[in-house]
Formats: sequence, structure tokens, C-alpha cells
Amino acid sequence: MDTRNIEVDILVIGGGTAGPLAAIKARQKAPHLKVLLLDKANVKRAGAIAEGMDSVNNAVIPGFATPEQYVKEITIANDGIVNQATINAYATRSYDMIKELDGWGVKFEKDETGDYAVKKVHHLGSYVLPMPEGYDVKKVIFRQLRKAGVEISNRLVTTRLLVGADGRIAGAMALDSRSGEFVVIRAKAVVLCTGAAGRLGLPSSGYLFGTYENPTNAGDGYSMAYHAGAELSGLECFQINPLIKDYNGPACAYVTGPFGGYTVNAKGERFIKSDYWSGQMILEFWRELEGGNGPVFLKLDHLADETVTKIENVLHVTERPTRGLFHEGRGVDYRKDMVEMHISEIGLCGGHSASGVWVDENARTTVPGLYAAGDLCNVAHNYMLGAFVFGKIAGEDAVDYVAGKEHAAVDAAQIEAERARIFAPLLRAEGIPPTQVEYKLRRMVNDYLQPPKVTRKMEIGLRRFAEIREDLARIKASNPHELMRAAEVAAILDCAELAASASLFRKESRWGLYHYRTDHEARNDAEWFVFVEVRKGADGRPECFTRPVPPYIYPIGEAERDAYDSLRVEAPATLAA
Amino acid sequence: MTAIVNQSVVSVIVEHDKCIADKGCRICIDVCPTDILALDASDGKVRMVYDECWYCLPCQHDCPTGAIRVEIPYLLR
Ligand SMILES: Cc1cc2nc3c(=O)[nH]c(=O)nc-3n(C[C@H](O)[C@H](O)[C@H](O)COP(=O)(O)OP(=O)(O)OC[C@H]3O[C@@H](n4cnc5c(N)ncnc54)[C@H](O)[C@@H]3O)c2cc1C
Ligand code: SF4
Ligand code: SF4
Repeated sequence: MDTRNIEVDILVIGGGTAGPLAAIKARQKAPHLKVLLLDKANVKRAGAIAEGMDSVNNAVIPGFATPEQYVKEITIANDGIVNQATINAYATRSYDMIKELDGWGVKFEKDETGDYAVKKVHHLGSYVLPMPEGYDVKKVIFRQLRKAGVEISNRLVTTRLLVGADGRIAGAMALDSRSGEFVVIRAKAVVLCTGAAGRLGLPSSGYLFGTYENPTNAGDGYSMAYHAGAELSGLECFQINPLIKDYNGPACAYVTGPFGGYTVNAKGERFIKSDYWSGQMILEFWRELEGGNGPVFLKLDHLADETVTKIENVLHVTERPTRGLFHEGRGVDYRKDMVEMHISEIGLCGGHSASGVWVDENARTTVPGLYAAGDLCNVAHNYMLGAFVFGKIAGEDAVDYVAGKEHAAVDAAQIEAERARIFAPLLRAEGIPPTQVEYKLRRMVNDYLQPPKVTRKMEIGLRRFAEIREDLARIKASNPHELMRAAEVAAILDCAELAASASLFRKESRWGLYHYRTDHEARNDAEWFVFVEVRKGADGRPECFTRPVPPYIYPIGEAERDAYDSLRVEAPATLAA
Repeated sequence: MTAIVNQSVVSVIVEHDKCIADKGCRICIDVCPTDILALDASDGKVRMVYDECWYCLPCQHDCPTGAIRVEIPYLLR
């Protein structure tokens, strides 16, 4: 249990997508600053884009879309509860970021004339830019990290942030999951980019790591921000995705849609107008599965052989390249078989839905000097490119923030308390393995939080979670790897409690299946056209409150407002090939 | 529960003849996001030590000798 002390100007936590951009942009703006990028895994292959990406889901490219159109579509898709300033901050930088990545060597699809080949997948506008050769993103970014002189440290599992006596951020504490060292990093600004809470629900396969998200993203960032006193937003707006059944990864409709693939029910009928992932779309998906019309399939068997080959060359090569292996194991060939789909267990993810650490358009959280970017922050439907852009915004703003500042003073007791908490499972003679506690916790999340949300169930869920909190004091770990898992269980538990508390607080239904409450079935704009926020209360327990939706930059007309409410195909018809 | 007790059921398969961990290679161990591969001191080869695989493939793609084959974990197959 040796302690390693590190001192830097800007600390970036999470080297997946947003984090590397934050670090690069901070160094580019201020080469004299010491910037450290750390990750639980290895930055080279860490995060959601470890094996590349199939497409940019939300490109705002002149000639195809304007920032105004994009901000309005995301506002409508999120039933109005957005801070348009943050979405606009992304939209107005989207095209420049694509050009910059292109210049670095990331490959985007272009037409014969060299223009970006944007496709329509969303309900209203065109924002999908395919990346059929997108497998190299991470390598390209890594080269830029080296070029910018960013210091990198791998296998550091950050467990708590350090907060100064004056309330400013002061750094972070981490466990080295290889050496078992305790690491204390003092910093003047911290950018949190730890991704989604991807290990919240239990996949129906029962495999703890068979998640949609990269399972390194256990939800640590939500827990760290919460304990540092930051405000979290929209945690009742869950992430639930339509995925390949059992494989639990995307199929992916954004890739196949432009080629002519679509979603059908057991009768082979199309039942949703748009395959773009929104709460309303998932609700229709769920109704089809539950209403006797399931299973639901992705249909490609009507496509020409060479079209299917093109699709395979994306789906089986990039992003989740084991999709091909999975289908092979089950004897599924897109040419003659449809792909059985299901809806996933719940998670929290700003990049896909709208929940996360509250940030403003400068990526600032409510704790001075603490930034959040990527899936962890609450910028709705921000996806990969949004993570890059918000990483950039955070890195550049952090440079201005640290100017002329000293490190905040911290109380040694804070460090000692965390050391004791993290290493306790190692010192215990015997106890429960962390994975068993995790399994039980995530099964309870499924039982009590998976929508439709029922008040009584969520109340029972909170009781079960409280019991599991007592079990944390009985976890036994026998090495640093298991200590990492034990720390993650505590973070998952925080996420479960916060998600249940926020869900109980918002007494209406909104965002389709994401917050569908059977005992408050209707959307109630008169009372609930607000954000639901949660922070750590004076008693150390989650405290929920509301925050008004800031005035829109681009007002939404009455006629446009409910466009995403009519996603169901009224008279189901089998579409001709 | 997720620690591997019986090596014959692992879903990440390392071909011993091809693995050059005994010559100092650690690439797969380095890139695995969930940190589940380790050097087996008894034979100087790499093996899967925790059943915590995301079937994501960096280990297989980055192995210089093509020694690794990832299978879909049994529960998902
Ligand atoms: C399977 C899949 C397919 C997707 N497809 C698309 C697509 O086609 N198009 C698109 O635009 N978007 C897509 N997305 C979304 C997009 O990839 C994400 O929104 C984006 O990459 C998120 O970036 P991030 O930096 O927030 O998280 P990540 O890139 O996941 O990075 C988070 C990092 O934090 C690290 N970390 C976590 N906890 C800790 C800790 N305690 N201490 C230190 N480090 C920690 C992790 O190891 C990880 O490297 C997809 C996502 C997934 C999972
Ligand atoms: S990367 Fe390949 S050769 Fe190197 S240690 Fe791993 S399995 Fe062995
Ligand atoms: S497939 Fe991914 S998680 Fe599994 S061993 Fe290889 S790198 Fe690790």
C-alpha cells in the first residue's frame, strides 16, 4: 500500500474519446502546462472507440444540416428538456472537428466529388456520416497525444476526487490496479471523461461483462462527481438500446438503414418510422416485443448480395468486430436470415440519452475547476463527435481557469479516509467476492428499475440497495484487480440509488420508455417542464431538486414539438424490397 | 465467480506454440481493457485469468504472431 504522489496543472481522467481531445487541446493551447491523461485501461485501446466506429451519428455539415436544425431536432427528440446552449456549442463546432479529424487521418465516407456522404437516419434531418474505414480512429488520436506531449498513465482506477478547503477541485485519488499502489494526484483543474454507467443493469445473458458499453465504464465518474458535490442531471432518463439479442451490441441500424435495412416485427411488418434511437422509438420497440408481435428483427435478407457484403465489411470489421463471429456461431447469414433484436438492460449515458453530470456550454460542472465531457455529461445525444468536441471545449477552458492559480489546499483526512475505504477489502480475512455482490446488485437493478417504472417497485429497490450498501463492508478482495472490482461495485451502487431517487422524484412520464411510469402515465408539462437534478445533501444522502430549462436559442413551434411522438407506422405494411 | 478456476473453459484462447511472451512480449496484456490476461509463470505463456471479456478484440488484432483467438463467451453464444 505504498503511496505515489503526482502534481500536475490539468488532470484528465479517462483516455477514451473525450479525454484525449481535452488533453491534446489543453497542451496545444498552453504547451507550458503539465497535463496528465490517465485511464483505468490502456489509452491506446481504451473506451468505446477502441476498435473504431461505424459512423458519426450526429454530423452537422453545411449543405446537409445547420446548427439550428440539429439543435431543434435534439430538443424535440428529448421532449424539450435540454439546455440548447450546450447542444449548440457542439453543433457549431461539429464540422470543424470533422475536418480536423480528417486532417489527422480519420477516414470518413465521401462521394465521387470528395464531399462528405451524409445519410438520413434521424426522424427529421440528415446527420449520419458513415465511417466504413473507421477502425483506426484510436490510433490516429494516439499519435496526436504523443505529438502534443501529453503525459499518459495507464491502469489507474480513479476512485474519488479531491476537493480543496475552498470548494475548488484539488485533484484525484486512484488505485493502480497492477501494483496495488495508492496514487494521489494534485491538480488545479480536473476534466472527468470516464464515460457511461455501462454496468448498471444486468444483461439478460447474465454475463456481467456482456454489456453494450465498454465495461470499464462502470459508472465511476457519476459517483466521483456526486461525492465531490457536483450536480447531476436527468438520471431518470435511462439509456436503453435496441441491440442484437444476447450479443448485446448494436446491429447497427445506422449502418444498414442507408443500405435499405430496417426493423420489423414477427410478421415481417415495419412498425417504426425511424430507426434513430430515441426514448419514443424504444417504447414502440418494447410495445411490439411485449404486445405479442415480437420477436423484433433487423431485416437485411431482401438486399442484394453485394450490398450485404458491404454491410458485413463494416459490421464485422469495425466497432464491434465480433458481430460476425456471433452470427457465424448461430448460423445466421444476413442474406437469408433476419437478426433477432432485443432491448438492453438500463444504463446512464448522456451520449445516447440525456443524463449525466450537469455542465454548461463551457463543459464546466457546478464544482469550480471540475469539468465533464463525453458520455458522462448531460449533453443530450452527443455521441462520439460530441465527446470529441466537449473534450476540446473542456481542455481549452481549463487552461484559462488554471492561469495564475495555485493548487488548492487539501485536508489530509480526506486522503486517509479514501485510502482506508479502497484498501479495506484487501485487509479483511474473508468475505464475499466483489463479482457476487455486483451480480446481485445488478439483478436488483433489473428487477426494480427497468421500465416501465413502478413506484412501489422502485421503493423496494431502494431498500435492497441499502442492504447491499451494508454488504460493501463485507467484500473480500485478494489482489489489486479484485480491489478495482470492489471499488466499481460501490460506484454502481451509487448510480443505482441516484437513478432510483431521480426516477421517483419526476412524477410524470417522459422520453418514451426511458422514463415511463405506470402510476404517472402522462407527460405533464405544466409541472415537469424542468430538469430533475440530484446532488449530495447535507445528510450525505441524495437530494433531488428541479432546475428550470434555460430559454431556447431556437424556439420550437407547436406543430414541430411532438414530431417524435408519432414514430409508430399507423397501418403496418410490409414494404417491398 | 468470475475468476477462472478451470482453464479449459476460457473464451480467449492462446496458441502456446505461437505466443512469444517468454521473449518479453506483453502486448495483449497491455491492451486488454478489462485487464484479464496475464503471464502464466509456470509456462511463460499468456492466459485468460478472469472471465470478464468484452469480446472486443484488441488482444487478437494487436498480437504480433496471431496467437490469440477470442470466442464469444459461452453465456452469450
Ligand atoms: C458499441 C458502441 C457503438 C457506438 N457506435 C457509435 C457510432 O456508430 N457513432 C457515434 O457517433 N457514436 C457511437 N457510440 C457512442 C460513442 O462511442 C460514445 O458516445 C463516445 O465514444 C463516448 O466517449 P467518452 O470519452 O465519454 O467515453 P469512452 O470513450 O468510453 O472513454 C471512457 C474512458 O474512461 C476510462 N475510465 C472509466 N472509469 C475510469 C476510472 N475510474 N478511472 C480512470 N479511467 C476510467 C475508461 O477506461 C475509458 O477509456 C457507440 C458506443 C458504443 C459503446
Ligand atoms: S500478444 Fe500474442 S505473442 Fe504477445 S504475449 Fe500476447 S499472445 Fe503472446
Ligand atoms: S477480447 Fe477484449 S476484453 Fe477480451 S481478452 Fe481480448 S482485449 Fe481483453
